[in-house]
Amino acid sequence: MIQPVSDLPLWAAIVVAVFLILGSALTLIGAIGFLRLPTFYERLHAPTLGTSWGVGGIMLASMIYFSVASSRPALHEILIGLFVTVTTPITFMLLARAALHRDRAENNGNVPEKHQHDLKDVEVVQGNPDEK
Amino acid sequence: MLPYPILAFCLLLMWLLLNGFSWGHLVLGTLVAIFASWALASLRPDKPKLRKWWLVPKLFAVVFVDILRSNMAVAALILKGKRRPHTSGFLLLPLEIRDSTALALMAIILTSTPGSAWLEYDSRDGTVLLHVLDLIDEEQWIATIKHRYEALLLEIFA
Repeated sequence: MIQPVSDLPLWAAIVVAVFLILGSALTLIGAIGFLRLPTFYERLHAPTLGTSWGVGGIMLASMIYFSVASSRPALHEILIGLFVTVTTPITFMLLARAALHRDRAENNGNVPEKHQHDLKDVEVVQGNPDEK
Repeated sequence: MLPYPILAFCLLLMWLLLNGFSWGHLVLGTLVAIFASWALASLRPDKPKLRKWWLVPKLFAVVFVDILRSNMAVAALILKGKRRPHTSGFLLLPLEIRDSTALALMAIILTSTPGSAWLEYDSRDGTVLLHVLDLIDEEQWIATIKHRYEALLLEIFA
């Protein structure tokens, strides 16, 4: 049976509020950074605030609230944190490598070239377009 | 009967976390875990060799603290906005780990840490291209990553 929020003990209410505010503040800052940082590669860093301690703080708050309110341990939120952490790098690398590929193909000059042996492979296939 | 005991145990744990504990769910979860690990075995993945599993909690603790610290650092950088000097940059990091599980863990660690992003791994020479938001000292970044995470991962998956 879940108690109403007003019956929560004070210590639990404070701890839950601190974690909720921490998590949501970090997620908000990440979103602001996502909007305001100047380059694509810098913008990539901002959402990881939301996927690391953003989700972590909200997850901890939820675990503590439901554990206290229903007076039995509620731990399944940890699965959300786990799967968010494990799956983020996949989309992240996909986006990053797509951006790298585009910048290299368009010779934007703002990303490091591939290593020497890769350049040789490319030369064999299609020649080097900007030989200096 | 159980090709991946740790995986089967984790699946059972996940089943019980999602459904709440009862004897019926314990039996059902055990069945699911056994069939799921048979399904995984038929895919024949590389079996990760955990040599020093007792170092895993230490790695988690180190990563946990580092993620919290870099969260604060990146949040401060974003809030400073345009007043901060432009310090982000690319970094080529040579890695010694070759085990795919260890590499996957390394990718998760570096991605989850705000401020460092894993862009691409080259398996031919074992280097990773990273993008770092606050790149002041390249050598120090490489030394930190190698010392704090790679040394532990090398020991765990030796």
